Amino acid sequence: MRTNIDRHRNIIDFAISSMLRRKAKNLSLALLYTLIIFVTASLILFVQALRKEAATLLADAPDIVVQRLMAGRHDLIPTSYGEKLAGIRGITAVTPRLWGYYYDPVFGANYTLVARDGDGTGPEKIAIGQGVARSQRISGGDMLTLRSATGTPLLLTVARLLPEESELVSSDLLLLSTADFRTMFDFPAGVATDLAVTVSNQRELATIAGKIAALLPDTRPILKSEILRTYESIFDWRGGMMVVILSVAVIAFVIFAWDKASGLSAEERREIGILKSIGWETGDILLLKFWEGVAISLTAFLVGVILAYLHVFLFSAPLFTQALKGWGVLYPRFRLVPHVDPYQLTILFFLTVLPYTVATIVPSWLAATVDADTAMRS
Amino acid sequence: MIELVHVSKQFNAGRANEFQAVDDVSLTIRRGELTILKGPSGSGKTTLLSLVGCMSRPTSGRIYLRGVRTSFVPGDEAEPVVDISSLPERFLTDIRRRAFGFIFQQFNLVRGVTALENVMLPSYPTGEGYAAIRRRADELLERFGIRRQGGSRVEWLSGGELQRVAIARALINDPAVIIADEPTAHLDSRLSRELLDLLGSFKAQGRTIIMASHDPIACDHPLADRVVEMRDGRIVAGGSS
Repeated sequence: MRTNIDRHRNIIDFAISSMLRRKAKNLSLALLYTLIIFVTASLILFVQALRKEAATLLADAPDIVVQRLMAGRHDLIPTSYGEKLAGIRGITAVTPRLWGYYYDPVFGANYTLVARDGDGTGPEKIAIGQGVARSQRISGGDMLTLRSATGTPLLLTVARLLPEESELVSSDLLLLSTADFRTMFDFPAGVATDLAVTVSNQRELATIAGKIAALLPDTRPILKSEILRTYESIFDWRGGMMVVILSVAVIAFVIFAWDKASGLSAEERREIGILKSIGWETGDILLLKFWEGVAISLTAFLVGVILAYLHVFLFSAPLFTQALKGWGVLYPRFRLVPHVDPYQLTILFFLTVLPYTVATIVPSWLAATVDADTAMRS
Repeated sequence: MIELVHVSKQFNAGRANEFQAVDDVSLTIRRGELTILKGPSGSGKTTLLSLVGCMSRPTSGRIYLRGVRTSFVPGDEAEPVVDISSLPERFLTDIRRRAFGFIFQQFNLVRGVTALENVMLPSYPTGEGYAAIRRRADELLERFGIRRQGGSRVEWLSGGELQRVAIARALINDPAVIIADEPTAHLDSRLSRELLDLLGSFKAQGRTIIMASHDPIACDHPLADRVVEMRDGRIVAGGSS
């Protein structure tokens, strides 16, 4: 056992000094390799994090959202519609929702305002998302000024910051009391932005939606599954983009690995011959090449993944933001909540480290399986 | 100690470029002797050395090693006999590591690594601890007066220093047999004599030395016990034991 460990240690020692001899070549290999891992891992982490955000977002979505339409456009809905809907069998609750958008020209940020009584809000007291706090550089107890629809400033005190559970959901969010919301937008009484409908039996959703449409022909019921489908199509489209970028990265990697595989120089062949002639067997040489391959590929993999993690979760993936977030680029900027899928990283590991190591070993194996004498003479 | 019985080695058998490098050679090499294989280029000297040194296998014939300890033959016998003619690579390597030290024509040192590491290389796969190998390599470099150059890469060393590094490497596993292929081919007369004196000292330690050479300085050296002349893969003189 001890002998075997020493054998590995000795061979690893030589593998390292052997690699140091070809610093420029190995460094450029490691850099290119790291770059490929970085791009691929960034994409994986980014898309996974977005999916996770979307799942969090949808977890609290109502079963059915009822919007009123006027000339095909979303219009304010009378709260009295809620009483009519409550009469449909299967509907357990109808909640009028008040929400809207506010553009802050000073900070160039777009906020989502939602009326919610309690939950940290009250008269002139609001709860704000992390993104809002970051962009305005404010925290709990500070004042926030919004310009109301009538042109008068509305002074609000930050009662609390929303948790970072999902910044996609809460980054640009301002929660304020219903009274403040109505003041802010000069919102007429007796109407809401839309109605959130809760249904007891999920299998009846489509039937109930049909009944809503029949009962209130000027409204549009939107099912949770439809929202889910919209999200999925957005992610699938972006997933498609990811596949394209991933394919390019994989092709680049294959070319690179192939180049490495066919790139055993005359000097390297000669060395294999020398090692064989002085008592190394084929297995020892394969072990040497294995450790060389592992040193480069594992280092590149770890560095690439760590850089990708920092890129996505610390710097909000600036390289992919425009392409992958699409219209979802929100003001203020949001940070993705770190979420790593070990399964995906394991796949990436086996798709990169394994082929590279094999690509390193195979030509050496071909060169090392001949007689020491033949290896020396060639 | 080493017995060759009707040994032949053919390259590229059955092809247009078929070549008979060694042809029906029978020879006995005694322990503790300095045997020189003499002959022009292409006479089969180096091929015969590689066959004896377990670097390749004969196409036909038998090669027996007597008194060589291996990991795969029980060590009860005082003088175990191993037929190396058709052993698998693993066993050949085991014998090569334990029994033979090689000095090559162009020294065949690994470029880019230090003299010390070159000396240590044959011991790496044996599983011996690094510290023990290092101590032995330092002692050998000291013995050959090149300890100071141990940390230098081999391409920075002079011809004489390279030669001594190659000899130190051949001795790192304390082999019973030293195989030297044209070791004086690239040396001037002074360095050639120095090398032969060193080989003579190994002989005095009881090691067997087999050397291929067509250099008169080597062939006429008084320490040579036997000169075997080869031509076209066959022994033409000095073959009888």
